[in-house]
Amino acid sequence: MKHAAEPAITPEIVKAHGLKPDEYQRFLDLLGRTPTMTELGICSAMWNEHCSYKSSKKHLKKLPTTGERVLIGPGENAGVIDIDDGQAIIFKMESHNHPSFIEPYQGSATGVGGILRDVFTMGARPIAALNALRFGSPDHPKTRHLVSGVVAGVGGYGNSFGVPTIGGEVNFHESYNGNILVNAMAVGIADTDKIFLSKAKGVGLPVVYLGAKTGRDGIHGATMASAEFDNKADEKRPTVQVGDPFTEKCLLEACLELMASGAVIAIQDMGAAGLTSSAVEMGAKGDLGIELDLDMVPCREENMSAYEMMLSESQERMLMVLRPELEKQAEAIFHKWGLDFAIIGKTTNTLRFIIKHQGEVKADLPIKQMGDEAPEYDRPWVEPKKLALLTNVPAPADLKAAIIKIIGSPDMCSRRWVWEQYDSLIGSNTAQIPGGDAGVVRVGYNKAIAVSTDVTPRYVQADPYEGGKQAVAETWRNLTCVGAEPIAITDNLNFGNPEKPEIMGQIVFALRGIDAACRALDYPVVSGNVSLYNETNGKAILPTPAIGGVGLLKDLSKMTTKHFKSVGDAILLVGGHGTHLGQSIYLREILGREEGAPPPVDLATEKKNGDFVRNLINHSQVTAVHDISDGGLVTTVIEMALPTSLGATIDALSHEHLFSEDQARYVLTCKHTEAAKIITQAHVAGVDIIRIGTVTTDPTLAIGKTEIAVAELRTSHEGWFPNYMAS
Amino acid sequence: MKSAVITFPGINRERDMMLALEATTGHKAISVWHTEATLPDVDLVVVPGGFSYGDYLRCGAIAARSPIMQDIRAKALKGLKVLGVCNGFQIITEAGLLPGVLVRNAALKFVCREVKLEIENNQTFFTNKMAKGQIVSCPVAHGEGNYLCDAETLQALEGEGRVVFRYAEGTNPNGATNDIAGIVSASGNVIGMMPHPENMIEAIHGKMDCRPLFEGLLAA
Repeated sequence: MKHAAEPAITPEIVKAHGLKPDEYQRFLDLLGRTPTMTELGICSAMWNEHCSYKSSKKHLKKLPTTGERVLIGPGENAGVIDIDDGQAIIFKMESHNHPSFIEPYQGSATGVGGILRDVFTMGARPIAALNALRFGSPDHPKTRHLVSGVVAGVGGYGNSFGVPTIGGEVNFHESYNGNILVNAMAVGIADTDKIFLSKAKGVGLPVVYLGAKTGRDGIHGATMASAEFDNKADEKRPTVQVGDPFTEKCLLEACLELMASGAVIAIQDMGAAGLTSSAVEMGAKGDLGIELDLDMVPCREENMSAYEMMLSESQERMLMVLRPELEKQAEAIFHKWGLDFAIIGKTTNTLRFIIKHQGEVKADLPIKQMGDEAPEYDRPWVEPKKLALLTNVPAPADLKAAIIKIIGSPDMCSRRWVWEQYDSLIGSNTAQIPGGDAGVVRVGYNKAIAVSTDVTPRYVQADPYEGGKQAVAETWRNLTCVGAEPIAITDNLNFGNPEKPEIMGQIVFALRGIDAACRALDYPVVSGNVSLYNETNGKAILPTPAIGGVGLLKDLSKMTTKHFKSVGDAILLVGGHGTHLGQSIYLREILGREEGAPPPVDLATEKKNGDFVRNLINHSQVTAVHDISDGGLVTTVIEMALPTSLGATIDALSHEHLFSEDQARYVLTCKHTEAAKIITQAHVAGVDIIRIGTVTTDPTLAIGKTEIAVAELRTSHEGWFPNYMAS
Repeated sequence: MKSAVITFPGINRERDMMLALEATTGHKAISVWHTEATLPDVDLVVVPGGFSYGDYLRCGAIAARSPIMQDIRAKALKGLKVLGVCNGFQIITEAGLLPGVLVRNAALKFVCREVKLEIENNQTFFTNKMAKGQIVSCPVAHGEGNYLCDAETLQALEGEGRVVFRYAEGTNPNGATNDIAGIVSASGNVIGMMPHPENMIEAIHGKMDCRPLFEGLLAA
């Protein structure tokens, strides 16, 4: 094999490609010779953490991935669930953390673009997008710039592409100062019998390149995503991809037309590690070899080498195996949309991945070993220490001031500044915009899906097992609040360096918690993404396993919202009063302490209470529902009043009752006349229920004798974000 | 009533508009691709919202020069009714069917929210079911909706009652001159507006304030 114009492989070059010495040795053994530069590049792209899940695979395998409604679980571009009537929902969440820190607009934009492609490469039209964002401390000098750029990038891509952004999360914590998290989720709809997969079938069939041209952007993006940052992160800017939502919109329409034409045998988007991973994946899954001739690849830059083409992460590209008799028809569709269509190779029966460029073989690798037989590790881990329950937490000196402060604190204030930059209405099917418990999008005539993303990283840090459970349970609860039957989740696991036993311990225990919750709630994992090495200068982020849950509303007319509806409605607390103030917002914002064990999650109670609430919704017995989470009961009641001109009178509750964040709890309102019946039903079902107050015409929150004008709460709640961004 | 909805690459609210036209008027609109040289025989042409050509160069500028726009321009001069919404408004101003221009929002950010619109002129083909001075809710979703024109044009628009929709109750989301949200041509047959009435016509949208606008198309 000729090595013309390629440097000799040195240990430094191997190291720069992120391969550990033992991994490189494994590669050498596999080849029986020294690799070419192109081969080394391909190996580093396929065997990095981002593409191979080598540290997490062992633990991910244990998660429940099947269920009555699961059509396709993890392993494909996205998970697929059945929502009746021949319709399927296809969804996934994925991180774009490192690029977004280096170049917030393009990093987040291409994060959105990548996840949308994962969904439409399976034949789905995207119908909803969400994003879970974590930034550093508000007083860190970079935070404002990052918030501004990321939000603009998420909106810039999604709005132009034309998908409604219906939910998400924004949190601040100093652990993200040098490593923000941008997790984007996309949800699409397809017919159950028209779902497309990446597995290639048939020997000697054309492999076709679709979409935008290849440039030098994003080379080694996936490798970057698998390394820690240091102070020179800015130097990695050239590895960030540049997004073009216009091309992606055209690519969507062209792909859907192409799929309808019957020309597609297999299709795979070019995401992380671009042409390399898409081709390897298609071949490895189909037990076929792939041979590519790079002279045929549409390039937008001159003199690109094989190495560059194979590792480019230029956006808005797809690879497919074509039914050859429909070539002309397929080509015409792409030309109509102004996109490239080029046959660049073929499937073979050799199980080799062969790359030719300018008459030379640049790579000749065993395709299975590159793809689904990447190294796998059982990394050492230590069990996280259990923290003691926190007791005797003092009451606030001034209850009113404490409540106003909490409701206007960075993590608790309104995110309107963020979500008003996202088009939440396009499609004409949005039934709940951001700001509620879950986003809701109609599918079909009177059916809808609900989607929510959640995780409470400070809980996961304090107790990875309970925190993992809580993240799953909170999405389940949020879907329940709008009346949806929760179906399945996607998980986006963001952690630090897995080579550190304590970080690996977080991963192992958070996954055990997720596993326990998914099983107890009959709520399987159908897709996911792992983002490790989220560290800067050796300091890890809070462990952040973001969960995206999807549920089905069979009758959209039954959907509930969180805001108060009418004066005189009874306010009921489901799940009883709480006592846990460990890791609470109250503890952090009012007492300046981040201590103690988080509230434990009793999954049986979670299920019982949630099923009870959903049943009330299905029987139209309630007027509003909102779950209790960050900030406790008082925050929940305030959030129910804020969108209205109404107020509430509630009992003179203790600070523990007002601020504790005990799980499995909801606040609901109902007609005054319905309250006694609901309380009786709860007792029969074994659900704790307490009437705590009444909706009032006076726009004031009265807690015993403490009175706060809702307008004052609103000013605090709505004020922080715009004021912060303008300052 | 026969209508056509034009699609350029990058347009993304054409489906919303088709749905709204059918739901409110009972007539299915014809979808027309931008490379067509002639329009089908219709009573109304709608240029919907989106990001035609990615808003590259200048929003609406490239679409305004496409083959179908030549025919739309020619037929509009002869009285064909044309409605441009959001990017459609930008495209028809770029095509010279309406005066003025839509520039970047004053706050320099994309904005998606509900605003109030006052119906200033109820004598148009799109507002004939509304009362003059009536205030309705309607969503906006745009980054470049800040209407701008020279003083002379502004005087003409205001003096001739050609401001059809005006942002009301302090809800101007983009800094538009005189709170202008939508205007009509001097000939009365071309309307452009930034807000999205097609997204507020049925119960699921929370309010149905904009349904009468579409119902008015049948009477026109």
